[in-house]
Order: sequence, then C-alpha cells, then structure tokens
Amino acid sequence: MAADFNWAIGGEAGDGIDSTGKIFAQALSRAGRHVFTSKDFASRIRGGYTAYKVRTSVDKVQSVVDRLDVLIALTPRTIEENLDELHDGSVIIYDGERTTMQDVEIPGEMVGLDVPLKRLAEEAGGAIMRNVVALGAACEVTNFPIENLDSALEKRFKDKGQQLVDNNMEAARAGQSYVEEEYDHAFDYDLDTTDEDYVLLNGDQAIGMGAIAAGCRFYAGYPITPATDVMTYLKGRIEQFGGHVIQAEDELSAINMALGAARGGARSMTATSGPGIDLMTETFGLIATSETPLVICNVMRSGPSTGMPTKQEQGDLNHMLYGGHGEIPRFVLAPTTIAECFWKTVEAFNLAEKYQIPVYLTADLSMAVTEQTFTPDTFDMDEVEIDRGFVVDEADIDGHLSESGGFQPHEITEDGISPRAFPGTSGGAHMSTGLEHDEQGRRTEDTDMRVEQVDKRNRKVETAKEREDWSPREFGDPEADNLVITWGSNEGALAEALEFLDDEGIDLRVLSVPYIFPRPDLSDAVEAAENVVVVECNETGQFADIVEHDVLERVDRVNKYTGVRFNADELAAEIEATLAEGAEA
Amino acid sequence: MSSEIRFTDFKSDKQPTWCPGCGDFGTMNGMMKALAETGNDPDNTFVVAGIGCSGKIGTYMHSYALHGVHGRALPVGTGVKIARPDIEVMVAGGDGDGYSIGAGHFVHAVRRNVDMTYVVMDNRIYGLTKGQASPTSREDFETATTPEGPKQPPVNPHALALASGATFIAQSFSSDALRHQEIVQEAVEHDGFGFVNVYSPCVTFNDVDTYDYFRDSLVDLKEEDHDPTDREAAKDVILDQNKEYQGVVYKDEDSVPYHEQHGVDEDMSIIPDGAPEGATDLVREFY
Repeated sequence: MAADFNWAIGGEAGDGIDSTGKIFAQALSRAGRHVFTSKDFASRIRGGYTAYKVRTSVDKVQSVVDRLDVLIALTPRTIEENLDELHDGSVIIYDGERTTMQDVEIPGEMVGLDVPLKRLAEEAGGAIMRNVVALGAACEVTNFPIENLDSALEKRFKDKGQQLVDNNMEAARAGQSYVEEEYDHAFDYDLDTTDEDYVLLNGDQAIGMGAIAAGCRFYAGYPITPATDVMTYLKGRIEQFGGHVIQAEDELSAINMALGAARGGARSMTATSGPGIDLMTETFGLIATSETPLVICNVMRSGPSTGMPTKQEQGDLNHMLYGGHGEIPRFVLAPTTIAECFWKTVEAFNLAEKYQIPVYLTADLSMAVTEQTFTPDTFDMDEVEIDRGFVVDEADIDGHLSESGGFQPHEITEDGISPRAFPGTSGGAHMSTGLEHDEQGRRTEDTDMRVEQVDKRNRKVETAKEREDWSPREFGDPEADNLVITWGSNEGALAEALEFLDDEGIDLRVLSVPYIFPRPDLSDAVEAAENVVVVECNETGQFADIVEHDVLERVDRVNKYTGVRFNADELAAEIEATLAEGAEA
Repeated sequence: MSSEIRFTDFKSDKQPTWCPGCGDFGTMNGMMKALAETGNDPDNTFVVAGIGCSGKIGTYMHSYALHGVHGRALPVGTGVKIARPDIEVMVAGGDGDGYSIGAGHFVHAVRRNVDMTYVVMDNRIYGLTKGQASPTSREDFETATTPEGPKQPPVNPHALALASGATFIAQSFSSDALRHQEIVQEAVEHDGFGFVNVYSPCVTFNDVDTYDYFRDSLVDLKEEDHDPTDREAAKDVILDQNKEYQGVVYKDEDSVPYHEQHGVDEDMSIIPDGAPEGATDLVREFY
C-alpha cells in the first residue's frame, strides 16, 4: 500500500470547517486520489471544537488512523486536541495575526507555518475566504497541483457566480505563494495525482441515491442527527423522478405518512435515529401485521435517550430485532460500507415488497457522515433490478377472492406470500388493520385463523431464507484459526487492521455480516475456529449474543399463541409429547 | 361507473357491533351517501380510521381502508393522498383519537391542507373503554376517572382548526341524516382539507350530551344568515361557548390544496422496472 497522508482542519463550530474540509477532499478526489473523511463535531450551532479530517492515498483507504501530517489550526484548542496524532515533521498552518493564535507554541520538532490567512483573504476579496488561503498553503506544503483545488472550488461556488470562484482561486494562490516565498523549507509530503475518476459521497447520500434508484417515490421524515442528510439529499432530487419529500411534525407522523403512501402502492421510506425509532415503534407492529412493505432507515447514534447525539454507536440492534409489543417478523439489513449503503437500500425495497414486510435498513453515524471515494461504476444504475413481488391487477384478481367475493390480501399460501392490490384496482377493495384478521383483512379472534395468520407471516421468513442470498462478506485467511465477526460500518477498519496484524504474524478469517435478520448461519465457521471474536461499537455485544444464540444447541419449546392460556391437562400432554420426541432424537 | 354506485356498495358484510342507537350508525351512513353522491366507488376510495368506537368504521365500510394505531389516522391519510392523488381519501376518528392522542397531527394536517375529508365522530366520551372523560367532555362531566369532572375546559376543535389555518370547517349531527350527508358531501367536494365535527351521541355512557340535548340546542347556520366565507363571522360563531350549531361555519373559496402547492400530481404506485431514467446523473454529481 502506498503511503497515506493525513490532513485536518479544526476550529470552532461555525468556522466553516466542514465546508473547507469537503473542498479539500473533493480536490484530492478529482486528482485521482482515494479519500476517506471523518468528522469530530459537537452538537452546537456555534462554539465548541470541531474538525474535519481527510485520509488520502493513491490506494484505497477505508478507515481512519491516529496520525496527522498537516493540520490547519484555527484555534489553539485544535492543536491541543490533536497532540497525540501529530508527530515530528507534522506541519501546522495557523494565522499568527489572529488574536487567539498570537501566543501559540508549536510543539517539539513540528513545523509551524504562520500564514496571515485573514489578511491575504481580505486582499483577495473577503475575510470569509481565509480557510481557502489555508488550503492554498496546504497545496504548497504537499506539492499538490493547485488546479485540482480550483476544480473543487468551482464545483462548490459556481452557482454563486464566476466572480466568487475567481476570488477563491486567487485566495488559494495567495496562500500558496506566501508559503513558497516565506518558508525556505523542504516538506516531507508529495501528493501524487493519478488519472483515475472517483466519486466522493457519504453513507446518507448513498442511501438517498439508492432509494431513488430503487423507485422510492415517497419520503416522510423528521429532522434528527445523523439521519437528516438522507432527507436533505432526497429533497430537490426525488421530485425530478416523480417523488416527494415531506417533513412531518414528528416521527409518529412520519412513519404513518410513509405507511399511508405504501398502502397507496408507492415505494416509501422514512429515516431516523434512535429517539425517532422509539417513537416509530408504536406503528411498527401495524406495518408488519398489515403486511405493508416499508423501508425504515435507522442511522444509529450513541444512546440511550438523547445520549451523545453526534457520536458513534451500534446500540440499536436489539431494538430493531425485537422492538414493539407482541411478536412479528421483520428484516434487518446493515450495510457494511458506504457503497453497500446504496446497494442494500435497493435490496431493502425489493425485499420489503417481495415479502410484504417492514425492513430496517441500518447505518450508523460514522458511516453516515463519512465520505469515501469510489469508482463511478460502483453505482452502476444498469445493475439496479426492481422486483415488486406479488401484485395483482384487475385481470387476475378473480383468482384471489373469497367465496363471498372479497379480495384476500392475507390469503393463506404455501410460501406465506399473499396477493397485493393497489387502491384503484377494481375488485380489490380491502381493509388493512392492526387487529388480528382473516384472509380478507377482517377482524377475527378465531383461534384457528389466529394461528394460521401467525404461521403464514413467519412462513414468509422461511421462504426468504430459502430464496435469497444472506451471505456475509469474507476476507482475510479462510484457513485461519482466528475468526473475527463484525457487522455494519466496522468492516473498513477491520480490513485495514488485518494488515497491521499480518505484520505481527497474526492471521485472521473475517466475516463481515450485512444481514442481521434473516442472517447467515455462522455456526460452522464458529465451530471450525479456535478463537472467535465479535467486533461491534457497543458495550454489551448485541451481535455477539446473537452469534452465541445461533450456535447453542436449542432447547425444546412448547408454545401456544391462539389467544387462550395453557390448560393443565393440555400442557401435560404437550410436555409428554415433547419429551418423547427428545428421547427418540 | 359512478352513476351505478349506490351508497350500500360502501357497506361491508360485517354487522356493526356499535351499541343499538349509537350515533355512529348515522354518521357512517352519511359518509357512505356523500361518497356515492360525489361519484366515488369503493375501489377508488381509501378510508383511514383510528382507534376507538369510531375506528371500527373501516370494518363496516367496504373500500380500501386502513385501521391504524390510536391517533395517527391523519398522517396515514396524508401519505395515501400524496402518493395517490387519484384516490378519494376519507379519514374518520373520534374525539379522543383526534383531539387527545392525535391533537398534534390535527393541527398540522389542517395547516397542510391536503385534499381529503376528516370526519370526527364526537360523542364527548371514551366509549370503547367504558366511559371516561374525553377532550370534548364538559368541565363538570363525572366519570369513573374524573369523579368530580375533568375540571378543565373542553377542547374547541373548530377554534383549533381556525387558528391553524383551516380552509373548511363544519359541524353536523348524526341524527339529522339529510343535513349531515349534505355537510359531509360539501367537505368531500372542498378543494383541500374538509373538516367535519359530527355530534354522534353515545347512548351508553354519556347521559348529558344526548340526542335530546342536541335536538333542543342545535341551530343550523344555514338558517341563520351566516356567511361561511367570512372568517370574522366564523370566528364569532366558533368562539361563542353557549352555542351548539351545525352547518359549514368556514370555507375558504381560494383554498389551494397541498398537491397544487407542491406540484404533486403523479400516481406514485407506478415505477419503472429498473433505476429511473437519468439516475446516472445522480452519480455524476459526486465527481
């Protein structure tokens, strides 16, 4: 792997850190370099430390490391926050004319570049461009062709007029020339360019783009960090494809709007984070028992309650698997990379409609706000397939009517999948309900029908297990005694950790699991390995519990779900029969 | 096809389990007649209902329907209508569903002005849970959970609607079948959010707001020289606490419904077999 280079800009929230970092990342991407970004930010409008970090290489980068080569520090705190990552030879660019930065001390063998960012920006047309002056300075330090920065500046500002673009380019050059003229220093960095074309996007954007590609037409949501970017991405874009975004009054409303649109026959979704998932859980059982296809995107953040809203965690796994009263199957998908955010979104819509089931599509904060480069063909739209499942039109509705002529949206079938009729379909009128229902969707408390409907809904899962591919992604050494299992966004860090461990002579077999339910059977892999480690960003090891659960020898079970409690004589007979079966086996 | 539709086509084969004499029978009949009279048929109609006695209506009517969770019927109706502008959407609920657990949604549904009809069966009591105070119960209405009365003023749904920017506000009485149907029909025909609060007496648990009470106290705005397009006049009627009335109290003739405001007019159930044309441009944006 070619040498990677790590760069950051840090300051106070409101300093334009994010937008400046994005411009530099874009410039690197346009220069044919791979980029992986990360953010340190606090949940405040203004004040508080915030930083945008960029890791880049001509080879693929898919994680962050604790090392900084060049730092643009707008505040003294930026240097303090990053001391552990800075090293001898790291370059710190700062504006010594800024009141708070006058007494800044550059530690040890690091190189301090005092550049009058504000003054040079004012000369180029406005103090607001001081960060761009710093980017120009960074270009000089890294021997990075400034034309790539021009290209990124043009993309960022072209909508606001050529004058602004020109001013920014001038500001960048002012920073570059200042370093060239004032510092006679040979820097250690050399950012090569390549002819590769890359696109640069984050997980939320990949999910939004996947939704449009999958034919999603309706999005209802309520703003929440870190899921809001899905909504802002879709707004202004989905309309071009005949869709609509609506900002609801709360998450209770958002999911019910999405449910309504889905009952209308639209591919529909909502996205939220933990606190919103809690509210949406009220409606979850209704969606599942009425067999409504819906994609619910949960971009996880640190909980419980308000928790740490701008911090990473994978703590909602159990909630997505089991949340809601009663029992009802649902699918849970957890894309493991930003590219997979796109493809798993497409898959989530297909699964939702094929199995008429709500699908949790879960990303997490670090993936949602992290940008990464990919080749454009990673998102080949010609590869997108749409499968709407068992939808009947007027011509074939006759085959799905009850004896009294009513349409049967919950018809008992062998594979558990019933016909679906969209409103407007002649002869298809029916009610959907959260009550237990018969095949026509009418309320029932009949014990036989209750059991038939429960079994039918569970049968859909068995069908899906058979018909779909639920494989994990595997890498590392397939013969290694050490097995590491992970899910969600840890894949990138784990892939790079392999290289570190390889240097130490430690071999790993890695399984990165994007399917939480249904999920691959990992028991053979677990049995075959000497050591098994499950990696996840939470305290209790929720996925580890699942892995252990799956490899356990199962207890025998006696269950009853007719709506009537156990009777003593019945229970005695059930237990006797179960024990007898166990003895035979 | 619409000329052949009769209101009984909107009846399902399930017999209502409402108490004999319940106001909801009349409320539902008027809704079905209004739908039939406005040229709708069960296959192009979507009824959304919440929880409570009112929520059972989806079972007794024949149409596309969703019987949802408590208080969230309006957001469901909003989603159906935006996704399917070609479908007639009618939302039904009770006073508890609409003005208590769902009050937040009511305000915002009014503001959005989605072209649908909202019928609230207001019996001023929780009936299905056997008689507790509702948000429209009188201040001194004694129940098991409020033995001395709620001691708080009832919600004024019309005032809430007017303050939220409603474009159609009406009230009817389930036992005045003809007027009830007329009023609901006008709400269906309204270009925007047609809101009708229906006095729908509970004969089992409410011995105060009875048929006799409404018969004796109701005035019909139609006979009162009330101009429903006059917002100030509407305000006066709505804020008069001593007045029980039926009729259209406010109607904005310049109402612009949500789908026109937002340029939403496509049937969203129709999508291509693969990624939509032009989707590759989305990837190019990320260069």
